[in-house]
Amino acid sequence: MMLSRPYALAGAAFLACVPLVLPSYYVSVATQILIFSVLTMSIDVLAGFTGRTPLCFGAIFGTSAYVVLYTFSVFGWPWPLAMICGVLGASLLALLFAALAVRTSGVYFLLLTLALGLIVWGICLRWTPVTGGENGLRTELRQSLGLSARGLYACVALVVGVVTFAMWRFVRSPFGLTLRGIKEGEGRMASLGYDVPLHLTIAFTAAGFFAGIAGVLYAVFNDFVSPSTVQLAQSVSGLLMAIVGGIGTLFGGFVGAFVIIALEQAVSSVTERWPMVLGLTFIAIMIFAPEGVIGKARLLLTKSHNIDPDGVGR
Amino acid sequence: MTKLLTNRRAFLAGTAALAMPNIVRAQEARPIKIGLMAPLTGVVAAGGKEIVEGFQMYWEQNNMTVAGRKVEITVEDDASNPDTALQKARRLVEQGNVDFLFGNLLANTGLAVANYVKGTGTPYFIPVIAADDLTQRARIPNVIRVAGYSASQTSRPLADWAFKQGYRKIATVSQDYTFGHEQCGGFAQTFTELGGKITDQFWHPLNTADYSPYLGQLANAGVDAVFAMETGADASRFITQYASFGLKGRIPLLGCMNATDQSVIRTMSNEAEGIVTCAHFAEGSKEPVTVKFVAEYEKRYQKMPSIYGFSHYSGAMWVAEALAKIGAKVEDRDLFLKTVLATELVGSPLGKIVKLDSYGNPIYDLSIRKVEKRADGKLWNVPFETYPQVSQFWKYTPETYMKQPPYSRNFQGIKA
Repeated sequence: MMLSRPYALAGAAFLACVPLVLPSYYVSVATQILIFSVLTMSIDVLAGFTGRTPLCFGAIFGTSAYVVLYTFSVFGWPWPLAMICGVLGASLLALLFAALAVRTSGVYFLLLTLALGLIVWGICLRWTPVTGGENGLRTELRQSLGLSARGLYACVALVVGVVTFAMWRFVRSPFGLTLRGIKEGEGRMASLGYDVPLHLTIAFTAAGFFAGIAGVLYAVFNDFVSPSTVQLAQSVSGLLMAIVGGIGTLFGGFVGAFVIIALEQAVSSVTERWPMVLGLTFIAIMIFAPEGVIGKARLLLTKSHNIDPDGVGR
Repeated sequence: MTKLLTNRRAFLAGTAALAMPNIVRAQEARPIKIGLMAPLTGVVAAGGKEIVEGFQMYWEQNNMTVAGRKVEITVEDDASNPDTALQKARRLVEQGNVDFLFGNLLANTGLAVANYVKGTGTPYFIPVIAADDLTQRARIPNVIRVAGYSASQTSRPLADWAFKQGYRKIATVSQDYTFGHEQCGGFAQTFTELGGKITDQFWHPLNTADYSPYLGQLANAGVDAVFAMETGADASRFITQYASFGLKGRIPLLGCMNATDQSVIRTMSNEAEGIVTCAHFAEGSKEPVTVKFVAEYEKRYQKMPSIYGFSHYSGAMWVAEALAKIGAKVEDRDLFLKTVLATELVGSPLGKIVKLDSYGNPIYDLSIRKVEKRADGKLWNVPFETYPQVSQFWKYTPETYMKQPPYSRNFQGIKA
């Protein structure tokens, strides 16, 4: 943990330099990576720090995008208001999901959140007059903001920086410690007098809030949202990014999003069998580095410093 | 860390080197770059492969050149997913610097890409994307439906034909999404305006495995005919179950063109025979050019062309004919788009001259076709009646037509 500050600063400096050197298409890929990093980290807040693995964050993320685009294009609200509504919508949805799901754990939590996510997907698909059904919603939000690829990247990077800092403070706060306590020993925390469901509800809502911010950014980035943004595959890919980066590492979100999106980009331009290559990569990661890229790196680092690897926080 | 830095420097040098040839190439006649997007994975992957086949067949027959300029095609997989399609469109335009985009199959992928090119101005041709509004209420000047059709365009003549057969009561079965709403809407509106009655409209989700709830009701609905709007695997399931419920031969079955497209009926047998549909292309046509095209396609790919292969073959031809007129000066976008809009497609497998309306949608001589068995036992669509010069606006003026809302589950244009 001592080492994370220089790493974080180096990372931030690196991200700030990206648009200066990359051609415009790669800037938009980088933008996408940043947006998905936030989604991934929000999943990690739950999965890594409370031990509850959700399968509905694609739905929360997408709902935020739907709300932004709907309020902006149909109600004609100004964009800042539309964005606030997007984040609020996602947070409320997360609160509702939390109320329904936090008393379960393990595989039951996984399945319940999966079902809740599917409901959102079903609504987006079938409520055609509002959501545009299969065809989704389209706007010119990004065009009306007058943002170039580089301009958008700068804005997104700024927001992502602030949100990442907020999440980092959140999981390191006394409240975050309580969450870890719940993860390690739920019964013990309860007997110590902590209101476990309340803590989980707050954590879930906060994670939904962060995912909502990612959703807003995605809405601006694409100017478009359709049921494929809220579908199960989206939730799963977010979770996979979290796992690849390292569950419980928070900043692993950046690594996970980078690895998966970059791989997708690279492999899909070579072969149409790219989903297979991705699948094999996941299997390889699960076998050789089940703790994720960052988790593995930390493990190796602590080993070489002869420190007890139990202190890693896994 | 130092190693990482040198790597990064090497990478930067590499990208700089990659950017260089663009500057050099701009002086000579560089090849025309086309970005073709097709769903090579995902739910409609089979159709996506035929898009690529049809498109490449045209260019290979023409030595990959137009008006003396080489053509370079980059194929990207949109994964049947609009988010991916958008990302691939970005890659083709911003990284690949393509001169124009082509393709996509599902309406939602096409709409996503169209929304993107609205901002970049890149010409985008959509021979399969049938979403009505793209060439109507939400027209984008640089999006043109070469060799394609708008969803409700082809179901209207079919309704007219059905009325002339003496059918007065018809029920519709349709997939519950925009493409289905539009095709059904065109049929229902025309049929009821003529004085017919739509007794029931059944909407079912995509990928319905069991049609018995609908078929049971259809059997007892006392209708003269059934109109089925089905695509892909849904179409083959519906047609099979329609026959096994004993409705085939009892209640005539009409369909949208996708229901009896080659992509569906090539794996079927008797159960699909006799279904009547309406389309611009019919692989069973006796026109010499059609016969020749079908034979060549079959020789090359061991199957008859589907709507996907045909559309992209003809779409490529349309754009090539336009490019030939302007000396392949694709860089002048305004001139290019204007020329495409003004170009009449002459040599296509349709055997007829086709022109575009001012909204970028073709006006066709539409054929009423019936599924029949070819001499070798394979099914194909044989045309037997023609509706000349049918535009996407049918018999209305564009202005009056576009005043009505787009078709949806709630608005089918039914005249009571």
